[in-house]
Amino acid sequence: MEVINMAMKVDPSVKWAGPTRPYDLIKELVIAVVVVCLLAAGLSFLFSSPDEPAVSLKSWSNTNPVDFVNTATSELAGTSTSTGYGPPYNNAVKGMHFGILKMQDWSGVRIPINPAKSFVLDPLANYNDASAQAAVKVWEAASPADQNKWATGYADALGKAKDATQIADPSNMYGPVPTIVTSLLNMAKGGALDGALTTSDSVLPTNFTKPLLFLADSEGYFAAKAEEQHLGGEQWGVMNETGSWPGQSWLWLFSFWYQVEPFKSSENADTIVMLLMGLMTLLLALVPVLPIIRKLPYKIPIHKLIWKDWYSKKL
Amino acid sequence: MSTSWTARVRKATLESYKPEDLLPDTQPAYVASWIYIFGVLTIAAFVMLFATGLILTLEGPAWWHGSGVGHYFNSMHLWSVELFFVFMVVHLWGKFWMAAWRGKRTATWVSGVIAFMASIITAFTGYLIQTNFDSQWISTEAKDGFNSIGVGAFFNALNTGQAILLHVALLPLLLGGIVVWHIILIRRKGVVPPILNDINIDGGN
Repeated sequence: MEVINMAMKVDPSVKWAGPTRPYDLIKELVIAVVVVCLLAAGLSFLFSSPDEPAVSLKSWSNTNPVDFVNTATSELAGTSTSTGYGPPYNNAVKGMHFGILKMQDWSGVRIPINPAKSFVLDPLANYNDASAQAAVKVWEAASPADQNKWATGYADALGKAKDATQIADPSNMYGPVPTIVTSLLNMAKGGALDGALTTSDSVLPTNFTKPLLFLADSEGYFAAKAEEQHLGGEQWGVMNETGSWPGQSWLWLFSFWYQVEPFKSSENADTIVMLLMGLMTLLLALVPVLPIIRKLPYKIPIHKLIWKDWYSKKL
Repeated sequence: MSTSWTARVRKATLESYKPEDLLPDTQPAYVASWIYIFGVLTIAAFVMLFATGLILTLEGPAWWHGSGVGHYFNSMHLWSVELFFVFMVVHLWGKFWMAAWRGKRTATWVSGVIAFMASIITAFTGYLIQTNFDSQWISTEAKDGFNSIGVGAFFNALNTGQAILLHVALLPLLLGGIVVWHIILIRRKGVVPPILNDINIDGGN
């Protein structure tokens, strides 16, 4: 009872002047480091870590040339994801927003990319293929209306043919598009397109924006491979890892919002979820002053377990 | 009192902390639970992340794909980060149920939340620089989130060079600084006492 009486007078803002126990901070830290080192070493020995090899434009074009050709054509037709993305790559649309908050639009085009030019035409213009270079010149000299007619017509024809990588065009309905797309496929199959896209801005590349954006436009290869590895958005992919290894499980809440309405089907899901997580982070920081939340530890007495020795007067 | 910058810094640092508070060899008697271990375990995992990360810097970001030794240290780095977050989350929940912000310890709680967020961002950039399929997929998906709030125009998840420098230099320095700030606040205020009565709810907050 004496202990309780003394404890009842405890003011947590005043430095503790009650009974103490011996403590060795440095020893505790050293032991903790050794324990964690052994744990990490043991887990690494038993389970290793995943390393699914990187994909490339070469592997894409060789593994699924149909998807490659369809995607390349969509870049010319202006129907790919990249083409209609908006900031920071282009001004095709204003991008996602939440109410009056249009941060994507406000950030501007700081990483300018014209997918048709960057992914298809520029690489071919510098590729050692005379017919491809001639086809690019025909494309560039044509009106936007003709370009659109050729590319959308070829995209439709490929869609109808389903498994074709090239459509015969005896009446020249598609202009230079078949030559451009077929040449790009050949360039990619040999690996030259990877080099062209990664070195287009620097001969010593560390920035893979262009090849990755092009790959990300692929649904039949890149996205399909991610789905196989349960990395898709609807598969809680944000927190998953390739294979059966644990991923960024601490992002479970971030991933959760994408699985439920109204976020799941919202055209502005990314903006809303990012802002929501920002708000929740702010609330977590403000727990000490949140009226109901800050009193939960008193209502649900888990502290009785934590300080059970103290409460049972064993001190 | 001297108004020199040096004197002010000395007063704010060396003269504000007693050596026995910074490196204590006693603790209040109520500090007797396994939950207290998780704070130091989090720091221990952070030390392991530094150590294994430094080893991984020796031969570049693609080393671990073709070297058994490199792959093993990559595995240790991965499991250290998994342990780091497990320990940190248990520590956070423990501090919540202790209402550890009592006694003018709000800044300690807030610094812990900032450390948690900085850890998530630092870990995320690590996933971007694996130079394998996982990092390719994560970067192409994450760009949409960053772009949607305007951040992607400045932090380009597809720019591997930018992610590497952030992960191995800027972010560990920032996170390390936040962790040091958090620990100093804990040492300064001491470990929060048990919840006992109303003074801890209202008067002590």
